[in-house]
Amino acid sequence: MNVAKRTFDAVIVGAGGAGLRAALQLSEAGLKTAVLTKVFPTRSHTVAAQGGVAASLGNSTEDNWHWHMYDTVKGSDWLGDQDAIEFMCKKANEVVIELEHYGMPFDRTDNGKIYQRPFGGHSMNYGQAPVMRSCAAADRTGHAMLHALYQRNVRANTQFFVEWMALDLIRDADGDVLGVTAMEMETGEVSIFHAKATIFATGGAGRIYYSSTNAFINTGDGVGMAARAGIPLEDMEFWQFHPTGVAGAGVLITEGVRGEGGILRNAQGERFMERYAPNLKDLASRDIVSRAMTTEINEGRGCGPDKDHVLLDITHLAPDTIMKRLPGIREIAIQFAGVDPIKAPIPVVPTCHYQMGGIPTNYKGQVVVPKDGQPNSPVAGFYAAGECACASVHGANRLGTNSLLDLLVFGKSAGETVVEDFQSGQLKLKPLPADAADVSLARLARLDGQTNGESVFDVGLEMRRTMQKHAGVFRFDNLLKEGVQKIGEVAERAKRTEIKDKSKVWNVARMEALELDNLIEVARATMVSAEARKESRGAHVRDDAPDTAENPNGRDDANWLKHTLWYSEGNRLDYKPVNLKPLSADVEPIALAKRTY
Amino acid sequence: MSKRTVHFKIYRYDPDKDEKPYMQDISVELEPSDKKLLDALVRLRAKDDSMSFRRSCREGVCGSDAMNINGKNGLACLTDVEGLQQPITLRPLPGLPVIRDLIVDMTQFFKQYHSIKPYLVNNDPAPERERLQTPEDREELNGLYECILCACCSTSCPSFWWNPDKFVGPAGLLAAYRFLADTRDQDAAARLDNLEDPYRLFRCHTIMNCVDVCPKGLNPTRAIGKIKDMMVRRAI
Repeated sequence: MNVAKRTFDAVIVGAGGAGLRAALQLSEAGLKTAVLTKVFPTRSHTVAAQGGVAASLGNSTEDNWHWHMYDTVKGSDWLGDQDAIEFMCKKANEVVIELEHYGMPFDRTDNGKIYQRPFGGHSMNYGQAPVMRSCAAADRTGHAMLHALYQRNVRANTQFFVEWMALDLIRDADGDVLGVTAMEMETGEVSIFHAKATIFATGGAGRIYYSSTNAFINTGDGVGMAARAGIPLEDMEFWQFHPTGVAGAGVLITEGVRGEGGILRNAQGERFMERYAPNLKDLASRDIVSRAMTTEINEGRGCGPDKDHVLLDITHLAPDTIMKRLPGIREIAIQFAGVDPIKAPIPVVPTCHYQMGGIPTNYKGQVVVPKDGQPNSPVAGFYAAGECACASVHGANRLGTNSLLDLLVFGKSAGETVVEDFQSGQLKLKPLPADAADVSLARLARLDGQTNGESVFDVGLEMRRTMQKHAGVFRFDNLLKEGVQKIGEVAERAKRTEIKDKSKVWNVARMEALELDNLIEVARATMVSAEARKESRGAHVRDDAPDTAENPNGRDDANWLKHTLWYSEGNRLDYKPVNLKPLSADVEPIALAKRTY
Repeated sequence: MSKRTVHFKIYRYDPDKDEKPYMQDISVELEPSDKKLLDALVRLRAKDDSMSFRRSCREGVCGSDAMNINGKNGLACLTDVEGLQQPITLRPLPGLPVIRDLIVDMTQFFKQYHSIKPYLVNNDPAPERERLQTPEDREELNGLYECILCACCSTSCPSFWWNPDKFVGPAGLLAAYRFLADTRDQDAAARLDNLEDPYRLFRCHTIMNCVDVCPKGLNPTRAIGKIKDMMVRRAI
């Protein structure tokens, strides 16, 4: 196959919030930049974020970034790196104000400032009471943000390659990153994008689970590409189950519903969160609420004929408030649950939502790997931001509204780092290896030539079912062990996928088969990392690591206060220390403590 | 609900192998959980992996899966299978070149969107904090900023069919008014100049197909009317 070569200063893969924010930095600095995206930018999954973006603006209640930092470290169950968390919380006001200046239509307070609402796990004065920190545009914050960022990129003349799917990362013999191979969907042609810097902003892989709030496109493409190219994946055992996915459909109902006063009820009508989190109740952090819901259902207090969900009740709110602050939620409830939440509660279940782990990075957006005894050695030419990256600010559990903040702060930071490295002359266009496209071409040739193979649909379904059963909200030692075995078998089957459609033109079957390769890397990483972590922490809670005096909540800091690193080759695990030291000398570290809400 | 079989008539065209487009009759058995048209299409794909259409969020916010459903534009993910007359006839969005099956080339659509300068212009030095806006002024943007660029409206508009290169179309004009209506924007005069043309704005003949099909319940015709009002007001 003929492979065209295109050369840029930088190539960004992904045009969701993180990719667009990074692109702005590069375009405005005059770097020749290509943004590759498999969907038109405003179709990226950032568009589906609802409740808000965190920033301690203090527009409605007193607030400061130290409190935000405390909440984030505590939310992460102390697995988050405190330097990156300090950086993110400190930068929050700046990046949110910038967005407002770009034209984002935030809701407003009576005095004309950005409207802020309470959100799970966010508190004032180190856990004392809920704080209004989530900056919102009704319940369409992600949509408003993504469009504002795209629009600003139109102004900056950013060069997009729309409906181009990145296939593989190109590294040379030194391990440096030189760009990616990518396929144009409309023609099926493969090109090499050769660049001095490559930024991954490819989003998460929530589609490894059967029940997910995530879009079809959330297939962990960047994470899979990195893993295949020998980059380890960090903390992949930590997946967020959002408490309120619409039962059956999986579609997200924002935590902002509870921020506006919504209450979770079991079959007896009881506000059960009072028993699990006496202080923050329904606004405890997501892992806690999802487990409480699952416990209620497991103990027979679920709602409906099959007692398989709980109810999210906002019938006590004024219809005006619902129409003004939660109009999108009302539409979703009517469309996907068949209820008008003004009149009746919404059936909800915990649903896979967010990947806390990912490609290891530092707070500058540089991808870092262990090398020569250094746990965090930057990979030359490689940067990542947003859900595909692990900075790590979310640790073992992300707080709501910190994902939109993450992609703004680290999208910008990765962009700034690239611009600095470019302007200092540190970034070089290294020569392409002769075999730069061979891996991708071999994958495509294998797929085109496969006979008597496996259906992509069937293998994908088996993967999703396996993940759902073996690595869900609660985790069990025996199920995890079986899960490692089963996901290994699924991965073998995925090597033999066959597509019937061989067309060059917009071949969805080919795209889905290539996506499955990426998903499989993520699924393996998740299962193997989860099986190995013999403690309970944040979103990873095991039956054999219960709450004890020695290990409160089952968390074992003596042995497991460390980041997992999973290598695709050989399913190998390694670990690196958590950074408990903030970035600034004058900021106090948040000391380890038992997590209660 | 038990399993049921649904019958389709679907526009098929793969330029790699088909000389010309054709309508394919095809049926699929749905699972009880398959409620939306998109669920049915995904089920169809499991049977025939060459069936091509765009999709992503499956909840009506990304705008990928717009298509012509029994003669009317809409999003597959927000359309209930129940209640659709069978065979369910699916065609690509009208008026745009077809790339393959239900996938259209949206270049012209986005070109028009880009032509209205869809970004806030404010040349004052950026203040340290947010630019203030009253809740009432912010409310002016409701019904405008929620557009998902699915193109259901523009591709149901006869004026856009005739002049896709010259008429901005309902989606682009809705976006134009979104910025005209924003108290933070300072470019109103240039925005109106940009639309003062026999085609760009004035090809809208208030047929209102756009309002009829918008999956987000938006009203481009009203926005277009407001732009016309602004033109008149500045002329006198």
